[in-house]
Amino acid sequence: MTLIDLANPSRFLSLAGRILPWLVAVTVLVLAIGLYQSATAPDDYQQGATVKIMFIHVPNAWLSMFVWSVMSVAALGTLVWRHPLADVAAKTAAPIGAAFTFLALLTGSLWGRPMWGTYWEWDARLTSVLILFLMYLGLMALWRAVEDPSRAARAAAVLTLVGAINIPIIKFSVDWWNTLHQPASVIRMGGTTLDRAFLIPLLVMAVGFTLLFLTLHIAAMRNEILRRRVRTLQMLQASKSAA
Amino acid sequence: MTALAALIRRDVSVALRVGGGALIGVLFFLTVVVLMPFAVGPDLALLKKLGPAILWLGALLASLLTLDRLFTADHDDGSLDLIVMSRTPLELACAAKALAHWLAAGLPLVAATPVLGLLLNLDGTATGAVALTLLAGTPALTFTGMIGAALAVVLRRGGLLLSVLVLPLSIPVLIFGVAASNAALSGPSPFGTPFSILCALSLASLVIGPFAAAASLRHGLD
Repeated sequence: MTLIDLANPSRFLSLAGRILPWLVAVTVLVLAIGLYQSATAPDDYQQGATVKIMFIHVPNAWLSMFVWSVMSVAALGTLVWRHPLADVAAKTAAPIGAAFTFLALLTGSLWGRPMWGTYWEWDARLTSVLILFLMYLGLMALWRAVEDPSRAARAAAVLTLVGAINIPIIKFSVDWWNTLHQPASVIRMGGTTLDRAFLIPLLVMAVGFTLLFLTLHIAAMRNEILRRRVRTLQMLQASKSAA
Repeated sequence: MTALAALIRRDVSVALRVGGGALIGVLFFLTVVVLMPFAVGPDLALLKKLGPAILWLGALLASLLTLDRLFTADHDDGSLDLIVMSRTPLELACAAKALAHWLAAGLPLVAATPVLGLLLNLDGTATGAVALTLLAGTPALTFTGMIGAALAVVLRRGGLLLSVLVLPLSIPVLIFGVAASNAALSGPSPFGTPFSILCALSLASLVIGPFAAAASLRHGLD
């Protein structure tokens, strides 16, 4: 089965129906292992138990960027190959990516309160993730602004690709901006190399969250296809009763 | 080439004549800058410190306000369809339209900066630095904003949506514009570094903007 076979939504639906139960099972298993390992990981000698927030925070931050890359590939699929599933994939990835970005910000802020003494710091990383969150919200607003899904898909695809070019530029400029103004307060977690006791749970959690994204994304794509079918049927019904 | 020159000449003259509304941007810029002392207080030392930031923010908002006009009028009277269908490459036509828009709406903002600098207690060097950075930076605002304008005209939704989409993209320009102005005003970092990056951002948006705008127009207007 190749990517072009999936252009038929019914074929995608049947495939998704077969894959999803297994995917859910594997996701739950990996996340359970990851959570157990995170809970039993030793406390950091400086950060104490708060270091465990990292096991949730870092995978969310990774996924916040990974989801935009997935949407960029889907945007190429929409603009270049006109793949019918690409715009479904792009549309359903946006809210999930926004949720991961929000969780990264939230957990980071909860970690920052005991560690830095403040919920929010205009640190370069925090700021660029916040801007990424704003761009996710803008993209979702664009999807919601237009009724016709294929028209919205092409506009959103252009914006997604422009964002993919711009996000590294924004990241770079925000880094520059912060180091110019307050070089003393740039606090980087990656300053020291991670110990194995922290690295392994972190990697397991990262895999678990990526699986979680895949599961949610496929389920959301299935819902979106069904939603579009319902909408088409409703419009058909309405035009029949009007005639 | 003559077609592009004609397009630029037409856009500039339409924007400057009655109903064009290009100069409303300058009026808006003036109003925003006049409002600032009411918000932060009439402390001249504080205004001098915030001056470059206020001028840049005002110029950013003013150029955002006029962006709506870049494609809407042409879309309403049908000439946008002619431009899309003509033999001139759409990317070049978009670049020409954005250039005309910058001449009519961006350049007046730069010209107004020295007067507004006086209101904010900026001295000669600082005003010159802000004007220079605006001259180098406003093309980037116009050319990235054009992407949002093209999306808005394709979707027939302007206004707030356009601002929400365009503002995050203009963050780098704002950062380096204000940084270069502040460097000229107080140091310690040199003026040249952020200013060169600002010029680089303008040049990069000069390339990316027309292509993205043309793509969204071509895919959207069918």
